Amino acid sequence: MAGPAPAPDAPTREVTRHVAIAGNPNCGKSTIFNALTGLRQKVGNYPGVTVEKKTGRFFGSHGEPMELLDLPGSYSLQVRSPDEAVARDVLLGRLPGVPRPDVIICVVDASNLERNLYLVAQMLELHIPVVVALNMVDVAEKNGVVIDLMALREKLCVPVIPMVGTAGVGFIELRQAVSRSPLPAPTICAQMPIVLERETMALAKQLPVAPEVARGEALLLLTLHDEALDALAHHDRTIIDLTRSTQQRLTASGIDPLSAPVDARYAWIGQVCAAALHKGAGHDSASLSDQLDGWLTHRVWGWIAFLGIMALMFFCIFTVAQYPMDWIDGATAVLADFVKAKMPDTDLRGLLTDGVIAGVGGVVVFLPQILVLFFFLGILEDTGYMARAAFIMDRLMSKVGLHGKSFIPMLSSLACAIPGIMATRTIENRKDRLVTILVAPLMSCSARWQVYAVMIAVLLPSGSAWLKAGIILGMYLLGLVTALLMAWLFKKKLLKGETPMLLLEMPPYRVPSFKSIALRMWERAGLFLRRAGTVILALSILLWALATYPKPANADATPAEALAHSAAGRMGHAIEPLIAPLGYDWKIGIGLIGSFAAREVFVSTMSIVYNVESNDQDTAPLRDTMLGEKRADGRPVFTPLVCLGLMVFYVLAMQCISTVAIVRRETNSWFWPLFQIAYMTGLAWIGAFIVYQGGRLLGFQ
Amino acid sequence: MTAETGDVLSGLKIGEKARVAGFDLPPEHRQRLLEMGLTVGAEFEVVRFAPMGDPIDIKVRGYHLSLRKKEASGVRVTRL
Repeated sequence: MAGPAPAPDAPTREVTRHVAIAGNPNCGKSTIFNALTGLRQKVGNYPGVTVEKKTGRFFGSHGEPMELLDLPGSYSLQVRSPDEAVARDVLLGRLPGVPRPDVIICVVDASNLERNLYLVAQMLELHIPVVVALNMVDVAEKNGVVIDLMALREKLCVPVIPMVGTAGVGFIELRQAVSRSPLPAPTICAQMPIVLERETMALAKQLPVAPEVARGEALLLLTLHDEALDALAHHDRTIIDLTRSTQQRLTASGIDPLSAPVDARYAWIGQVCAAALHKGAGHDSASLSDQLDGWLTHRVWGWIAFLGIMALMFFCIFTVAQYPMDWIDGATAVLADFVKAKMPDTDLRGLLTDGVIAGVGGVVVFLPQILVLFFFLGILEDTGYMARAAFIMDRLMSKVGLHGKSFIPMLSSLACAIPGIMATRTIENRKDRLVTILVAPLMSCSARWQVYAVMIAVLLPSGSAWLKAGIILGMYLLGLVTALLMAWLFKKKLLKGETPMLLLEMPPYRVPSFKSIALRMWERAGLFLRRAGTVILALSILLWALATYPKPANADATPAEALAHSAAGRMGHAIEPLIAPLGYDWKIGIGLIGSFAAREVFVSTMSIVYNVESNDQDTAPLRDTMLGEKRADGRPVFTPLVCLGLMVFYVLAMQCISTVAIVRRETNSWFWPLFQIAYMTGLAWIGAFIVYQGGRLLGFQ
Repeated sequence: MTAETGDVLSGLKIGEKARVAGFDLPPEHRQRLLEMGLTVGAEFEVVRFAPMGDPIDIKVRGYHLSLRKKEASGVRVTRL
């Protein structure tokens, strides 16, 4: 062969093998994925679905580049969520644009071998070469589990690599196993009852796929329940009807097609474990974990620990994150001042300072909070506490038709709805996930604080701190109660479906890996900035244009006059009939429109409307102007009822374009974010209406 | 056989050990329990209840699994 060989790490070199990595949740799969690929990771979406696709480059034992595809963690190949459908479709090679993997690395938790082998049993039926990564052998050994490697290899007939993912043990052998050529397909799998086997093979012959994969696919088809079978998009009617009639025949002959294959696999696993798994002495880490759970899920101490952990998390979010947030705020201001000093006073300068810099700065400023939140969520997840939180909260959440896993996203939304909504990915049930996404922004986030702070100052210029705190606490409770009520309503009416079954694995407590938490924070932050950033930039520019054009004829107009003359000002006038029943005038209307993209902009917009020097630290000038503001008939604008109504409005209204962008991304549709804006704005109007009109009926001002 | 009829998982107390005898659950729920290793004949132990009494944490095939009383009442068991 002529010509120099390309450098082994040249990024342009063709991928020689497509490798998929699969495993149960909590088996340490992401640690192995991260260790293999390092920072050569890419996160995207599968074509046409919202499921996240994570791939990375790594190199075989001879430096040959391979692509590693991270399949969603799953207990089985049985399809119950979009995530699992993607995993199955990839493995069957029928997802367009995603090649069928040449080899699957199946990560198995050695300390929980029996149940983890179930997924392996299913993988072996697919006719793709499998390499079993027997992870956490150190934990297994400590727990007194002795695994006879030779026996396990002999029983599974595939390479089995003992590993300690967190300590870097076994990676050389894993690379070798994956690089081996040729890689034979598995020859052994669980034996099905004879009648089932015969029917499976008969169905397999009818499938329009390669004969060697047909059996696996036929078995997957036969184990689908009715609804899932109807939802199947990949096969035409005849195949579905054929599957159904096969199922009926099996049922008639006394074999339940849904459970017989599962029983057969576990029977086979029983044989494997009888040969390869021996219980020895020592039980320390498992019993330590049990002891910890005795405290952390105790009916008294469990609650105290839970509240303490949550309080600590929020304390850190609001204190630690405050410093970088102040720096970003400062840097944004310096940058805007710099542009103002260097550029002539043109519209372009306005666009740059008030549109681009202020708009993007307003988003980036929440990044520290989001990062700190993700750091804590990562620790909760990796230590195993997240499952305990779901365990403790499940009973409460089930009352509104959700389960314990919806609790953490809602709680996170108290800091910011964006990480909260991103955290809904752990909810397998699509409807539950959607309901959680829909109600999460009702939880009072930190951006609302600025609106609350100004309005409470106007409402109670000299009230006691206790009364102020009480009112703000009331706003938080209003958000929480509304979120739960709406979740209940959505589950009842819109996204019907019974309260899903809860099957929660409680993994043993583990020491978290800060490297993998950092990687995840990095990944999420990038996602937030890229996806949300583009939409936010566009909308900031749009809102700036609305507040700037058309310009008043008089060049000496004050900013307040110019704003009144602009499109935003006219819109404020236009919506006045709509908001008059809430006691608002058109100037407040401008504030509502201006803060459509971000709640906290309400404060700066009102500062422009009333022509006061805005200052985040000191709201006194704005407060005094607002207090002095009179209607045409001389009555004050900001009566207590208007102030209270405005706060209620901001509790319930969406008013956050970053959230809209994230919901759009997570649901992969414009319908849900638009629906969310509509229902939340409707709720906000009704809430403010009840406060204002109801209050007046009771004789308040 | 001395199996007492009528025993269900949700009726067991903390520390009690039992063996799965059968299911009175919709097919897809039964399938999920099976896949998690709660097959007919599998032995398990009730470890604890959540602070508000539900869900139930059991130990089966060497790991901890939580399920709600609602589903647990559809799992027929034989006490050991």
